[in-house]
Amino acid sequence: MTLVVVLAYLGVVVGIGLFGSRLVGSGTEDYFVAGRSIGSFVLLMTLFGTHMTAFALLGASAEAYRVGIGVFSLMASSSALMVPIVFFFIGTRVWALGKRNGFLTQAEFLRERYESEAVGVVLFLVLAALLVPYLLIGVMGGGITLNQITEGQVPQWLGSALISTVVITYVVFGGMRSTAWVNTFQTTLFMVLGAITAFVIVRRVGGLDLAMARLAEEQPEMLIRGDRVAPLRLLSYTLIPLSVGMFPHIFMHWLSAKKAATFRAPVMLYPVCIAIVWVPSVLLGVLGHLEFPGMQGPEANTVLVRMIAFYAPGILGGLLGAGVFAAIMSSLDSQSLSLGTIFTNDILRLFERDGRQLSEQQKVLAGRLFVVFIIAVTFGLSLVANRSIFGLAVWSFTGYSSLLPILIGALFWRRANKTGALASLIVVVVLWTYFFTQGWGKPDYSVAGTGVMPVAVIFGGSALAMIVGSLLGQSTSDETLGRFFDPLGSSSSAQSAGTPSSAREVAGS
Amino acid sequence: MRAILYILLVVLYLLHNDLWLWNDARIVGGLPVGLVYHLLFCLIVVGVMSLLVSRAWPDELNDIDAEGDPRS
Repeated sequence: MTLVVVLAYLGVVVGIGLFGSRLVGSGTEDYFVAGRSIGSFVLLMTLFGTHMTAFALLGASAEAYRVGIGVFSLMASSSALMVPIVFFFIGTRVWALGKRNGFLTQAEFLRERYESEAVGVVLFLVLAALLVPYLLIGVMGGGITLNQITEGQVPQWLGSALISTVVITYVVFGGMRSTAWVNTFQTTLFMVLGAITAFVIVRRVGGLDLAMARLAEEQPEMLIRGDRVAPLRLLSYTLIPLSVGMFPHIFMHWLSAKKAATFRAPVMLYPVCIAIVWVPSVLLGVLGHLEFPGMQGPEANTVLVRMIAFYAPGILGGLLGAGVFAAIMSSLDSQSLSLGTIFTNDILRLFERDGRQLSEQQKVLAGRLFVVFIIAVTFGLSLVANRSIFGLAVWSFTGYSSLLPILIGALFWRRANKTGALASLIVVVVLWTYFFTQGWGKPDYSVAGTGVMPVAVIFGGSALAMIVGSLLGQSTSDETLGRFFDPLGSSSSAQSAGTPSSAREVAGS
Repeated sequence: MRAILYILLVVLYLLHNDLWLWNDARIVGGLPVGLVYHLLFCLIVVGVMSLLVSRAWPDELNDIDAEGDPRS
């Protein structure tokens, strides 16, 4: 029965995706950023659904199982503050400049701002390298979930294949529009089902008061932060949510917004969405000790699915499993589409020559093929990857957060230039690699054992490199600065300024 | 007003580091007090963000919305 419910759910998802695909036009702007037509509610739901991955449900409950309720302050309430700040100060400006200049990707945005092909290419490589493990977490998370909730009836590889096929279907056919619609459905679903999961399980444990009393008796350290979360770790962890500013999939969703005012709902309501998803996840993680004590390492990643299978089998288990699937797919779709868009828009163009330009339809086809390619590769990797891959999530966030000074410089500092951007990229790659080799496999790793997360050092180094490099390097041309700084204050300058190829194509189509 | 709201964001950042509840295992409303605090923190952020959106929304963004689509 559980499997039937999950399959029915996947059928609904494909149906919504294919319906959305009927509205897709033939141009790149329509396929990749939904013709910049996404409204407020859909933007909120799709941004949140995209941001919350398998990590937010499976990983959060696993971390709560390991660390206790301190995970909420570490990962959730820090995001509740930092993410809306990024949307307010950065997302709205990115949207405005993207609309004025016809940008489709962040690689294009930063390449044009810094007048450097190298910035665009290196950025694509770094973004892709950080995103592939993240995609892998989603594909593997889907397989593990289906395997667990069907009590081993469906092998992990089949679950991963199923989730990959569904995502490919609606992303390839419907692009950003289908992705946004499906995300809205899935995000609503996993928020509602997450709350139901917690309610049902807590009731079956014997009620919240009894469950907490048992926990206080059996695992009292789960109710405090104690030595498991160092104060400096909490302080420096607030830099991790800044990764939302450099996620290519979030960037694309920003560009798909209809108006600046569309951002008002995400800015205001994001913290509520976070609380709705994370409180149940963290609660179920710590309550996992009551029935499944003593799980270690990667095994702890399965605590949420074990709780569902144990306390809520049958139809309810299927629905709750569908909720986990929803969280996974609502990220996987946008991530694969964003990589397809950057590849098509920023890498393929390097091979175009005069008289041999790709048409709009050919670009959309290339984007679709790349989405199939990247998900197929991810599925292949999921067959051989170890479950410790889940530990990569924080490292992925660390990399993205540390790249943010490049975007901040682009938006707020006229002096920021390609020397600074490239210096910042190099520093991030070097420092990230160093800390990763030092800290991989050590969940509580911090800089020299101080509690400070590596992100603080890498982010600081990146910002410093951006400042020093920009002061030493050659300034960006006045024409480019006009396109990036004047449009927000003067419409006339934007109308007369040069626009990149994508904008001209749209205007001329 | 805008400056006050920006200062409020800094205050929120500081309040996020609730050292005073670090080892407090009290149960409040059925939940550990450390979790309740951060749940309330999320709701306060909603309030401050709502003020930011209503009182400090950048004027230039309103101008762009008022213009409509520059490509049409």
